[in-house]
Amino acid sequence: MLALGLAPGATAMPARVVSMNLCTDQLAMLLAAPGQLVSVSFLAADPMSSAMAAEARAYRLNHGQAEEVFLMRPDLVLAGRYTARAAVDLLRRLGVKVVTVDAPATLDAVPDTVRAVGAALGRSPQAEAMATDFTARLAALRAHPAPPRRAALYGPGGFTSGSGTMADDILRAAGLTNVAAAAGLSGYAVLPLEKLVMAAPQEVIVSATYPGTSRPEEVLQHPALKALAARIGPPRQTGPGWDCGTPRVLDAIAGLEARP
Amino acid sequence: MKVLAPLAVLVALLFAASLLIGPADLTPGQSLAALFGGGGASEAMVLVMREIRLPRALLGLLVGGALGLSGAAMQGFLRNPLAEPGLIGVTGAAALGAVLALQTGAALAFALALPLAALAGAACAVGLILLLAGPRGSTLTLILAGIAVSALAGALTALVLNLSPNPYAATEMMFWLMGSLADRSMQHVWLAAPPILLGCAALLRLGRGLDALTLGEDAAAAMGIRPTRLRITLILGTAAAVGAATAVAGAIGFVGLVVPHLLRRAVGARPSALLPASALGGAAMVLAADIAVRLIAPARDLQLGVLTSLVGAPLFLHLIWRSRRDEA
Repeated sequence: MLALGLAPGATAMPARVVSMNLCTDQLAMLLAAPGQLVSVSFLAADPMSSAMAAEARAYRLNHGQAEEVFLMRPDLVLAGRYTARAAVDLLRRLGVKVVTVDAPATLDAVPDTVRAVGAALGRSPQAEAMATDFTARLAALRAHPAPPRRAALYGPGGFTSGSGTMADDILRAAGLTNVAAAAGLSGYAVLPLEKLVMAAPQEVIVSATYPGTSRPEEVLQHPALKALAARIGPPRQTGPGWDCGTPRVLDAIAGLEARP
Repeated sequence: MKVLAPLAVLVALLFAASLLIGPADLTPGQSLAALFGGGGASEAMVLVMREIRLPRALLGLLVGGALGLSGAAMQGFLRNPLAEPGLIGVTGAAALGAVLALQTGAALAFALALPLAALAGAACAVGLILLLAGPRGSTLTLILAGIAVSALAGALTALVLNLSPNPYAATEMMFWLMGSLADRSMQHVWLAAPPILLGCAALLRLGRGLDALTLGEDAAAAMGIRPTRLRITLILGTAAAVGAATAVAGAIGFVGLVVPHLLRRAVGARPSALLPASALGGAAMVLAADIAVRLIAPARDLQLGVLTSLVGAPLFLHLIWRSRRDEA
């Protein structure tokens, strides 16, 4: 086995890098030298999922399949831990160097993730600068004079983010308390609509809906939720910046603080 | 009649339990005050009771009644204890109609498109089954036709959902296969109640015809029963009841099979007595299953069909076993 997924030290700069995961896509786009990054995943170009959809259009898009990635002759493949496992295993057997990067689970883990991707790309100085800048801006955003407001995150199928999630961390950094975490939910979990209503949040933050219809998204139009919105104001939406722990997550926090 | 009164009491108790049980911790007193607008209820409690729990309980009542009644009517008409809307593909076809109405945007354009499309799907399936299996068709033909219709409807439903631009659409396959009453609203009640009530009214009037039919078709004709009219009422009544029920609650299986089977002995095997009893029995079964779903896994969106199938599948195997023994 080549490359067991550990970030090597600042080795020689790989010339052709392919990223197969939405989150490594965005970090690679932020850190790679011009011409170094060959391809990012198709999700990176989807404005619903990616905070950098416009930038991603400059790259070839891959669909996480071993064959297409192999034919791009990469020196380095960046993947998430759960990215297309079969494809990643196959690429490794074919002798391609694959580095897997865990998406950071908290805001404080973002700088280390930035450094890990930077090291893999041979761009450690740039990564260090970005990590330092992130830490400073985060500290500035976290300073709040006002008491926290109660907010509820609510998504398709009634899913919410409880304690231990990036979304919970984002809320707290923006000076909000998460009613799901307060109700004892941890991780990505279902918050029954009844409990959401009874928790009487001062703000509801929903995820953006996709075109077309689906039953899991129908709950976002439920009359009970609309009645709640009539009292506390229309729900705000999470954006793609919430999903990956890239430095763009600071924009999401700043957006929450700038209360309409 | 001595079966109907206890069944009605059971349904009333389950309906009340459905209103009083839920993830939000409300005492029965608070719940009732919020529901009927008494003092001491906060605005949030009123929302929970009137917008979340009441529609859920009402739909359990309507959907269960529709499934139980149409199961009894189909079994009476086909004179086959295996005729069941879910098993012979009627709910599957109704689900396909509903999914088409939702995914093409027709349901957004005008609200009635959803129940109407589901009704059309269900009517096609009932018609096809009657054509293929007929009143004298063997159990084998009925089940084979049902498998074909179910598989086709299921495959087309999955295809439509997978082609949707919405990534969440593909995840709702479980709902269309198993059914659920979670997070339904009064809008769904208003949409489904008229077709379900009309369909049930039509099916309840079939009692005399189905009674006559137990004596054979010639005897029924001699008693003034018009078979074509009976057949059309059955198709439309079942399609309206099952179609509208499926459009808002998904395909809940086995209710139409289990309930008439359980009640047949108690009412004396007369279809006219079995019809209202099965409507009440179906309502009781779905309300009970929906309460169980909330008690077993409150935060997991456990589908209703999981519970009804857990009860229904062994009974179905038992029926197959017995019919095999009878044929041998």
